[in-house]
Amino acid sequence: MTILVVVEHDRGVLADASREALTAGRHLATTTATPLDALTIGAAADAMVAELGRFGVSTVHQAHHDVLADYGPEAWGAVVAAAVEQLSASVVVAAGTDRGNEVMAWAAARLDVPFAANCTVTTPGEEDEKMAVTRVRWGGSLLEEATLTGAVRLLTMAHHAVDAAPAEEPGRATAVSMTVELDDSVSHSIVRGRVERVAGVTLATAPVVVGGGRGVGSADGFAPLEELAGLLGGVVGCSRAVTNNGWRNHTDQVGQTGTRIAPTVYLACGISGAIQHWVGAMAAKNIVAINIDPEANMVSKAGYAVIGDLHAVVPAIATEIRRRRGT
Amino acid sequence: MRILVCVKRVPAPGARINLTADAQAIDTAHLGFTTSPHEECAVEAAVQLVEGHGGEATVLTLGPVEAEEQLRYAVSVGMTAAVLLPIDGADWDPQRTAAAITEVVRRLEAADGPFDLILFGNESADAGNFQVGIRVAHALGRPMVNGAKGIAISEGAVHVRREADAGQETYELPLPAAVGVKEGINLPRYPTMKGRLASKRVEVERMEPDAETGGLRMVRLQRPAERASTTVILGRGPDAAPAVVDLLDELGVLA
Repeated sequence: MTILVVVEHDRGVLADASREALTAGRHLATTTATPLDALTIGAAADAMVAELGRFGVSTVHQAHHDVLADYGPEAWGAVVAAAVEQLSASVVVAAGTDRGNEVMAWAAARLDVPFAANCTVTTPGEEDEKMAVTRVRWGGSLLEEATLTGAVRLLTMAHHAVDAAPAEEPGRATAVSMTVELDDSVSHSIVRGRVERVAGVTLATAPVVVGGGRGVGSADGFAPLEELAGLLGGVVGCSRAVTNNGWRNHTDQVGQTGTRIAPTVYLACGISGAIQHWVGAMAAKNIVAINIDPEANMVSKAGYAVIGDLHAVVPAIATEIRRRRGT
Repeated sequence: MRILVCVKRVPAPGARINLTADAQAIDTAHLGFTTSPHEECAVEAAVQLVEGHGGEATVLTLGPVEAEEQLRYAVSVGMTAAVLLPIDGADWDPQRTAAAITEVVRRLEAADGPFDLILFGNESADAGNFQVGIRVAHALGRPMVNGAKGIAISEGAVHVRREADAGQETYELPLPAAVGVKEGINLPRYPTMKGRLASKRVEVERMEPDAETGGLRMVRLQRPAERASTTVILGRGPDAAPAVVDLLDELGVLA
């Protein structure tokens, strides 16, 4: 029996979300006195073995196969399913990333076992084969307490639900090669090509985001927001209402079905603050709401607010910045 | 070509989600309902593919009988047939939902021929289980990728583009295949008058779902602890600008 953590990495560098999954997995392993194993898929995994040891992993299983040269959801899911069978894993933990959830769903489908996505809390049950989990719904605005019952339980950890922490007594992990048989059909969904992202500030990484909602009123109405974002080295975001009206591209959308942002400052202009938008903005360290309605949800949730018409307030802020800079 | 789109009826919450007294569900007394956003885009994608390649597009849902509203809406924007798998009471767990849909897809395909493409949303807005589509695709032996932000069909394959941390990934899946769609792949159209008439006329086919309960069982819902927040009002109107800029300076984003 083992608790297995499926690790994601970028050319040998462990993903932050996987460190959190390892921390959650180790907690389960410690409380149930079960060994903690890790599974890496594909090449360039040797560099992580020492760090995995520091996170409490005893054995790192390195799966290799020609098909695994690049990512493929079915192939990766098949590897996880094969590892569960070879190692008699009782619980499998992965990161609640797009990839983590996709791979675990494929593994769960192959094994015909239950899978709980985006957990925040996991508790070993008093009965064998049954555990309690709390998981995220509505992008984090609701939580679901659930039970996960099965000889094998699969789960992913919601990003930021636990703080990643190495084991108090770091151990040494042993790397072993794992041979998996993969049928040809899994190669149907392998990445065929990539376009690397152009370097630069993105909505997800910008230190300042100037967001506009329905209150902006039109596509042209975003010009002052663009100007302010430019002055602050930030980018413009928007709410779903804006995208649905065709005023901005969906790539600018902040929210549950758009981008999750985490800037130092989020200036939310003319945004009411519906759940859909809020869950994408709530990781912002500081929020300044600019809204004509003092009762707007965004105003009551923000740390700071200006009550007024964004069409007057936003240009005034830009003017004040330029005045102080003498430009 | 024949396309199937699986959708889910979900509440449309505003600024706050309230729970029923027994915490088993969202209090929907004052809420409207909608099609889960990713699936609304899956419907639009199917309609565009049928416009480009010909054929028919069926919309399917497993849900309360009221979900007929979402099926008819999908027909009003161009879907050609609708299938309802009615259930009573609470949501079915993802394993049970997938098994029921799989079984109905087999029945539909036995009657009218295989679907070249089955579309799902990447995940439902409410439950967010991230697995029903993949379980159905696996049970039917079809390749699938999630997260599609672009979709095209040529030479017996579906070409999928999606966003990843490092950039864009492209996939090519031989048909028949399944794809999970993400919002942003398109801008869903509004119904036309002709579409509205079609949605009134369409006969929604009812098929009783039947599948065993899976291993994930909801116990109760809870609202997360809210950040205690007191809002500092920096001012009113454009006169507040200096106070805003002072704050930006203090937070270190002005330099």
